[in-house]
Amino acid sequence: MIRIASASGYWGDWSQAPGLQIRSGPIDYLVLDYLAEVTLSIMSRQRAKDPNTGYATDFLTDVGTLLPEIVEKKIKVIANAGGVNPRSCAKAFLNIAREKGLSGIRVAVVEGDDVLSLLNGRPDDPAIASLTADEKPYPEVQDRLTAAHAYLGCAPVVEALQADADIVITGRVSDPGLFLAPIVHHFEIAGDDWDSHAFGTVVGHILECGGQASGGNFLGGWETVPDLDRLGFPIAEVHDKSHATITKHESLGGLVNEAVVKEQLVYEIGDPKMYATPDCYADFTTIQLSDEGDNRVGVAGVKGNGRPEKLKVAGYYEDGWMVSGQISYPWPDAEKKAQAAGELLKKRTINLTGDVFEEWRIETVGYNACHGNLSTSQSPDEVTLRVAARSQDREACEVLGREFSPLVLTGPPGATGFAGGRPRPSRVHAYWAGLIPRDWVNPRVEVLEL
Amino acid sequence: MKTRLYLLAHGRSGDKGNDCNIGIIARKEEWYPFIENTVSAGEVETFLKPLAEGPVERFELPKLGALNFLVRNALGGGGSKSLRLDAQGKTYAQGLLKMPIEVSDDLWKEVQEFWGDRMPNISTD
Repeated sequence: MIRIASASGYWGDWSQAPGLQIRSGPIDYLVLDYLAEVTLSIMSRQRAKDPNTGYATDFLTDVGTLLPEIVEKKIKVIANAGGVNPRSCAKAFLNIAREKGLSGIRVAVVEGDDVLSLLNGRPDDPAIASLTADEKPYPEVQDRLTAAHAYLGCAPVVEALQADADIVITGRVSDPGLFLAPIVHHFEIAGDDWDSHAFGTVVGHILECGGQASGGNFLGGWETVPDLDRLGFPIAEVHDKSHATITKHESLGGLVNEAVVKEQLVYEIGDPKMYATPDCYADFTTIQLSDEGDNRVGVAGVKGNGRPEKLKVAGYYEDGWMVSGQISYPWPDAEKKAQAAGELLKKRTINLTGDVFEEWRIETVGYNACHGNLSTSQSPDEVTLRVAARSQDREACEVLGREFSPLVLTGPPGATGFAGGRPRPSRVHAYWAGLIPRDWVNPRVEVLEL
Repeated sequence: MKTRLYLLAHGRSGDKGNDCNIGIIARKEEWYPFIENTVSAGEVETFLKPLAEGPVERFELPKLGALNFLVRNALGGGGSKSLRLDAQGKTYAQGLLKMPIEVSDDLWKEVQEFWGDRMPNISTD
C-alpha cells in the first residue's frame, strides 16, 4: 500500500497544508498541483521580464522550508510547480537544500511541454486542431500566441521516480497525471492496462483540487464539516491497482464521506464516460464508491478505454486590457443607486475616450453578480457596484479606473468603501485549446543532484 | 408541493475555457431517479439562459446518483477574458439548484425527514 497526500490545488492554495500533511501522520508521496488554465500565461509573462522566473514560488517557501523533515521521513515530492521554467525552479529548490546543509538530494526536472516554437514552425498546419468547435481555428491565433504548452502524461514522472528522484518538478503535466505517476510506478502498471490507468486517474482527479475532497467548498453540508481551521487535505491509500481509500490524517479537521468525494468527482469532467487525459480515457460512470468507516471512502470498479490519439495544448495570446472596480451603496434604494452610478461611470468614461470598449459589465454584488436574473432576492439593504470593461486601448481602461473615486462626491448619495487606490488595467490573457499529434512532443527528464 | 432543487441535491461547478460544468448530486440515492426524470438538458438551458448562451448537454452517472451538465458559452469569454465576478462559474451549481421543482406529498415528507430541524428557509416566490 502507498499513501499519496495532496497538498495544493492551485497556485495560491493554503500554505499550511504541506506542513500539516507531513507532520500529522505517515505518507509516502506529497503531491502538489499549482497550474490552473490561465497560470502558465501569467508565468510566461514573468519569464519574459526575468529569465530565472516563471514558476510557482510558493513551492519554494511552502515545501522548501520543510525539506529536512521530507528527507528524514523519506517522502517523495511531485509538483508541477515548475510552470514555464521547471529548471530554474529546481535550481532554486536545490539552493534551499544547500542552505539547509542537506546533501544527496535528487531533484528531477521534467520538461518538453513547451511547444510554442514547435507550433510557430508549423503555420497553417492542418494537423493542429482546435479542441472544440467553439474554439477559434489555429490559423486565426497562430501569429499571436505568446505561450503554448502540451499536457504531458504521467510517463516522464514515472521515469523520474524510476531514476530514484526524491523531488520531481514538472511543467504542464496533467493534474491527475501527477498522482497517477506514483501508482503506475509502485504497482508496475503496464502501458496498455487502461483500467488501471483509469483507476489511478480517478484517484488523481479526486486529489488534484486539494481540500475540495476533504470538506472544503462542500455544498452538501458545509456547516457540518469540523475544524476547517486545521483542514486535513485528502490522502489516498492505494491498496492495489484497482482499489484505493480516500481519507485524511485523523488528527486534522475536515470531512471525507461519499457526498464530499462525489462533489469532487463531478467537478469539471465534461463527458463522464470519456474523461480524457494524456494517459487514458477514464469512464467515471463505472466508479464504485463505498463507505469504509469514519472519514474513509473506498474507490474501485473503474474502467478505462484507451487513450486520446492527440495531446491537448493550452495556448495563450494577449488580447487587450481590462479593468474592474467596486464601490458600495446603502439603503434606501441601494440597488437602484448602484445601477445608476454604473451607467454614469460608463457615460463619463465614453465622453472622454469614445466608444472604444469591446464589452462592459455592470453588476451589483449582493444582488445579481453571481446569478444574474436568476436572483430571487428582494431589494437588499446594501450592495457593492462592480463595473468591468475590456478594450484594446490601455489608456481608455486607465480613464475608466479614474472614474470610480469621483462618484463619491458627484454621483448618487451614500457611495462608500472606495479604498485602495485607482483600479489599474490588467492584461487580458486569452486562452486557446488545441490538439496536436502525440509524437510531436518529447518529454525530457533530467536528474540534478546535490 | 413547490420547492427548489437545492433541497434534493447538492453539487459543484467549474470552468473549462468558456464552458461551465455543473455536477448535481442527489442528497439521497433514492432521489436520483426523480432528479433524472425532472431535470432535463432543455429545462436547464432555459433556466440558465440569463447566465449562459448554451447549448446544454446532460450526462448521467447513476452509480454516483449524479448528473453532469456541460453548459457551453457560459462564462462571458472564460479565463481572464471574462468580465464577470464569477468568471469561472464557481457559483453556477448553486444557481442551478435554485430551479423550482414540483414534488409529490410523499417525496416532500422524505425531504422534511432528511433535513429535520436543519431545513433551510427557502422561498419559492
